[in-house]
Amino acid sequence: MPKEQQMSVSVWRGGATGAFQSFDVKMEDNQTVLDVVAWIQQYADPTLSYRYACRVGMCGSCAMMVNGVPRWTCRTHVNKVLKDGHMEIGPLRNLPVIKDLATDMDPFFDKWVAAEGLHHPTQTRDDPIEAIDPTNAARVEINAGIECINCSVCYAACDTVAGNPDYLGPAALQRAWSVYNDSKDANKQAILDAVSGVGGCHNCHSQGSCAVHCPNELNPMNAIAGLKRETARNFFKRRT
Amino acid sequence: MIHGHRTHTLWIAFLLHRISGVALALFLPAHFWVLSYALNAPQKLDGFLHWAETPIVKFAEFGLVFLLSVHMLGGLRLMALEFLPWTSGQKTAAASTVAASTFLAGIFLLRAI
Ligand code: HEM
Ligand code: SF4
Ligand code: SF4
Ligand code: FES
Repeated sequence: MPKEQQMSVSVWRGGATGAFQSFDVKMEDNQTVLDVVAWIQQYADPTLSYRYACRVGMCGSCAMMVNGVPRWTCRTHVNKVLKDGHMEIGPLRNLPVIKDLATDMDPFFDKWVAAEGLHHPTQTRDDPIEAIDPTNAARVEINAGIECINCSVCYAACDTVAGNPDYLGPAALQRAWSVYNDSKDANKQAILDAVSGVGGCHNCHSQGSCAVHCPNELNPMNAIAGLKRETARNFFKRRT
Repeated sequence: MIHGHRTHTLWIAFLLHRISGVALALFLPAHFWVLSYALNAPQKLDGFLHWAETPIVKFAEFGLVFLLSVHMLGGLRLMALEFLPWTSGQKTAAASTVAASTFLAGIFLLRAI
């Protein structure tokens, strides 16, 4: 049998202030970053705090910074990120740290509401269900955005969020773009107003870090460009 | 500074756009000030133009032409990204602006020497 292989893993301990603590973890075949964190919590230090739920890339709760890059840890293989037998795991960037690897996601979700990324109904539950044509251009535009798992990886990758805490961020704006294109939505003006305020879509510098790092390969930058277009169109329409 | 989540084409394009924008903002006032000699003090302008013949200045001008070109083409790329229907190939577009700017500034340098 080959000699047992170890990796050295630095894990953030503490809140906003703290330090990285080093652990030696046994290497396995088919090991994810989340497996490593779970191993440390079970066998090395039970006080380590972190968050996960589904372990299959559906729930969006396990995102962390791995070697300075935001990633969904349950679907990131160790052999993809390990550098010279070492890796560094920290809490998601751009969010308040509660403890160790767990961040407070409230600001992220509050911004979905602030961006009016919520349904404004045209009908009541007593009305018959409205048929939607799946080939309709506006409906096709939504196809990508509805696959978002709310993991906040894009939010952590965005330097505009880092520089401006009021910026709504890629995920909330992408959500607003989906709702804006929904033929069942009754208040598109509210969305345009919400996304063109101080923290709105025009803050985006099209750096595209959101699109590069989104684990579902979505493209919030594309959605934000759509909002920029529609808010500009709306601005000139209102003046004439 | 460019590490982790920043190591990708469009982020570097952003950095180049900001550096070139700031450099232009610093250079253009000096540029117009020297041009104003043409009206107020032509002999001073001649002296300056003579100095501007030196190779090191020629090379600096290559840099300036590159920055102006890369900022203009990059700005047009961003405006196309934001206002025209979405197209894939944004990385290619960003790389092309750098290539075209190098070409333009290169021609400028070859004509100058
Ligand atoms: C030649 C035509 C020009 C075009 C098409 C253009 C276009 C643009 C665009 C679209 C942006 C926004 C970039 C972003 O969202 O990050 C920008 C930013 C900027 N521009 Fe220009 N620009 C031009 C000329 C100039 C000139 C002459 C100056 C210098 C006085 C300048 C200085 C800047 C600066 C400092 C920024 C901020 C950079 C940033 O936010 O990253 N630009 N330009
Ligand atoms: S494209 Fe816009 S939203 Fe996406 S990371 Fe860059 S600045 Fe943030
Ligand atoms: S857009 Fe992608 S990275 Fe952002 S929250 Fe949704 S799934 Fe996560
Ligand atoms: S644990 Fe659910 S997405 Fe990773």
